[in-house]
Amino acid sequence: MALVRVTVLLLVAAVTSTSGLAGEVHVAVAANFAAPMKSLATAFERESGHRAIISLGATGQLAAQIRQGAPYGVLLSADAAIPRKLASEGYALAETQRTYAIGRLVLWSRDANYVDAKGDVLRRGDFRRVAIANPKLAPYGAAAQQTLRALGVLEKLRPKIVEGANINQAFKFVASGNAELGFVALSQVMTDGELNSGSAWIVPANLHEPIKQDVVLLSKGKDNSAAVALIKYLDAQHARDIIGRYGYELP
Amino acid sequence: MMPSADGGQAILLTLQLATVTTLILLLLATPLAWWLARTSSSWRGVIIALITLPLVLPPTVLGFYILLSLGPDGWIGSLTQSLGIGLLSFSFTGLVIGSVIFSLPFAVYPILYAFEMLGRRPLEVAATLRAKPFDAFFSVALPLVKPGLLTAAVLTFAHTVGEFGVVLMIGGDIPGETRVVATQIFGYVEAMEYEAAHRLAALMVAFSFVMLMALTRLRRRAGAALP
Repeated sequence: MALVRVTVLLLVAAVTSTSGLAGEVHVAVAANFAAPMKSLATAFERESGHRAIISLGATGQLAAQIRQGAPYGVLLSADAAIPRKLASEGYALAETQRTYAIGRLVLWSRDANYVDAKGDVLRRGDFRRVAIANPKLAPYGAAAQQTLRALGVLEKLRPKIVEGANINQAFKFVASGNAELGFVALSQVMTDGELNSGSAWIVPANLHEPIKQDVVLLSKGKDNSAAVALIKYLDAQHARDIIGRYGYELP
Repeated sequence: MMPSADGGQAILLTLQLATVTTLILLLLATPLAWWLARTSSSWRGVIIALITLPLVLPPTVLGFYILLSLGPDGWIGSLTQSLGIGLLSFSFTGLVIGSVIFSLPFAVYPILYAFEMLGRRPLEVAATLRAKPFDAFFSVALPLVKPGLLTAAVLTFAHTVGEFGVVLMIGGDIPGETRVVATQIFGYVEAMEYEAAHRLAALMVAFSFVMLMALTRLRRRAGAALP
């Protein structure tokens, strides 16, 4: 009996101490930001003592989970529209929304010398498949479609377009060679300013709407010090350096 | 209750995919199950484990491996390329290959079970009546395992209709070619077009229910005493 009481006391002490200083927050993260978020979470934990528990998904999927009561405190979206929508519905705090990264679109092939520095390969159209993310669901997919339209090749290439449910799937289509080339996120094919493999054309930013990725504090994280700290941490120079290293531009 | 034009196209494609897959799997699974039911080969365990694997792997993972096999570095991809067919990913044929692998256990198990329950006796009797093995198989064994074949067909068909992860991975979501009902519903849900999603999902549930009901009826008529 005494042992039980001691155990209970210890448990209570453990719980109250962690909720005091070092807390934890569940973070919903858009799939394209998976790699930088892992580095950010490690650095965040080291600097603040708070733990960030990451859940990955397509932004639309994450939004649906948030509406159904998922325990996320912070959302790192792949766009700016969904955080705004969640805020207007009362699931997020509008005044906390801001851009944490600007995504760059890249036309990529795993074969060297396949994609030229101007994207002329699209005008020639002598390939079987070009992969994009679903333009209705993924901001990178929408940007890819806008780029094809701006180049005047969308209609011509339409029969060759294959869509991934998200940008990671589009990347797999190209990386496995099932599509010769595809529009992916620069962050997927570049580390520290160097192309990992293959050939690529970084799409000029004026060919599509900027891919602004916004973060927002969710209603569930309003009173969570770890959630508030994470949002603040994304502004720190150290965090911005990490984000930049993964091929994103900063606001 | 009527689905939209894209919904209708997806339904038609799904029915085509399920029908082709079921026919191929019945042709493939029947001799395979026959062999498995009668062999004493030490390979039996290995083959059964291989057939069961698609049940264990998460469909998107299975789909990823099929995508790799269909690609230029994969064994199916190299084969089709050397035959001059090109790559089969993102095509209806590719989906059929994926579905056949994915639904294989659902076709083999009911037939295997039926052959095992049948035992050797009916064929021995047929042999004493001077039926050749080939003849005995078609005129004695097959009619006796009809309920098993029926179960295999319906399960394969239903399982292919409900297939999602594999199609998502190897399909590329092309309307009229690889966009089936399951991926169409997924697209609606993701785009938050819940109304359209509900309509198509309701149709799918109703269809599956009717089909499984029909199976019970047919099995009873075919002689439910046997598996």
